[in-house]
Amino acid sequence: MSHVQGLKCRECGAEFPVAPRAICEECFGPLEVTYDYDTLGRSFRPDTIADRPRSMWRYRELLPVDGADILGREVGGTPLVRADRLARSLGVDELYVKNDAVNFPTLSFKDRVVSVALTKAREFGMTTVGCASTGNLANAVAAQGVRHGFETCILVPEDLEAAKILGTTVYGARLVGVRGDYDQVNRLCSQIADRFGWGIVNVNLRPFYGEGSKTVGYEIAEQLGWKRPASLVCCMAGGSLLTKIGKAFDELQRLGFVDDRPTRLYGAQARGCNPIVAAVQDGTGEIRPVKARTIARSLAIGNPADGYYAARAIRQSGGWAEDVTDGEIVEGIRLLAATEGIFAETAGGVTVAAARKLVASGRLPRHESIVLVITGNGLKTTDAIAATAPLYPIIEPRLEAFETSFASTADLSSGSALPGVLPSSGLPAPAAPHSSVRTL
Amino acid sequence: MPVQVRIPSVLRRQTGGDESVQLEGATLGDILDGLEVRYEGLRGKLRGPRGEIRRFVNIYVNDNDARLLDGSTTPVTDGDEVIIIPAVAGG
Repeated sequence: MSHVQGLKCRECGAEFPVAPRAICEECFGPLEVTYDYDTLGRSFRPDTIADRPRSMWRYRELLPVDGADILGREVGGTPLVRADRLARSLGVDELYVKNDAVNFPTLSFKDRVVSVALTKAREFGMTTVGCASTGNLANAVAAQGVRHGFETCILVPEDLEAAKILGTTVYGARLVGVRGDYDQVNRLCSQIADRFGWGIVNVNLRPFYGEGSKTVGYEIAEQLGWKRPASLVCCMAGGSLLTKIGKAFDELQRLGFVDDRPTRLYGAQARGCNPIVAAVQDGTGEIRPVKARTIARSLAIGNPADGYYAARAIRQSGGWAEDVTDGEIVEGIRLLAATEGIFAETAGGVTVAAARKLVASGRLPRHESIVLVITGNGLKTTDAIAATAPLYPIIEPRLEAFETSFASTADLSSGSALPGVLPSSGLPAPAAPHSSVRTL
Repeated sequence: MPVQVRIPSVLRRQTGGDESVQLEGATLGDILDGLEVRYEGLRGKLRGPRGEIRRFVNIYVNDNDARLLDGSTTPVTDGDEVIIIPAVAGG
């Protein structure tokens, strides 16, 4: 059933048997799951999976699980949306949005990694699972952990967005707020994993957890008709997702699912937390930790564990990395919403805004296919855009009042050649000042 | 009062199970030297051939990442806490 060979250090190559461990005892390097691709390649083909349900588990041969007891069979299988209106706004020919903002059950790509981590925790006989989180992972561990009968312990920075706190406690999960930033929470969580022996998904279950991110890549390739996009833009926090999408594409090529035309990988970060972008742009590839300061809280990891690998994957693919200001993040959120009807969280705003800059600078080719990876849902980070939300009129319940109000705003919406396409500022024009207006 | 060094489980095979140890020194480099003297097996695990802290090793002096301070030359004083932690994935 399983094609897993074991765990291997990405740095020194030392090999270890499958166990809840993430770190090489020889050199401290991260451990990676290895598979027997030669055996797998003889029997695993596109038609093997064609009739399976639309979820991330249709690629289970490429996930590090042993038995049939899968936790979270419904996770994944999110839409790949052809985004023509956003494409016109960015000035590109063929654009797609991979929309994990509607992932099941907690509306972010973290549902994928948690599904694998909890399946593995059950295999290891663990009864308590937890994580250090910037929010989305907390939501995913809480919902899936509770559903599958685990005790939970979730640590987050105390000042996280309200929706992400509520989206954790509502499930009855044990949540602990920590006075500190994410990097401090992570450090504490690492010590807790050492002391208590729990299954901390991003600490001692990390090699298995990270593999769940590969399914974003498998799905994109299958949804494009078993083809890789020419370019892919992905936001980066710890750098794992982008790295694993690259690994997924490499695996599909090795197994003959896709041809040998590779994908250029582009990484996006907030200007206030850009250690991976800096490592790509300065050419060193070495990560210098920063103190994170950005509205993109889910990306606010100043010391990204997989940053070195993400920077290397980007450089080797011929891609590039770009950072964007908080203002550009908000513009990115609104641009995606106003063109494609997709409401992304701040991380998605980072991806869209970075893509726009990369196209404008000529780094991202306009005339080949591009996929933007949207990782989380805008309803979780409404705080970030509330202050700049468009105004709207409040009227009396009379037809004349509506006609007056409509007449005063109609002119504003007729200014662009293509209905609904944004004016050159990139943002929808706000409604006219009005005697009575309201924001969010 | 010397500096307290906390050792992660991944290194405790080399420390005979010790979770923490007290060491004297003026800089973080001194403390790491002392650690390698006390536990021969740690030599080469934390620092590369030129004495630089290895890429996937995080060392904190009190609350601060040594890379954000002065690395091995970061001064330490009595009562400080040095925490060694492997890199951890994001969330």
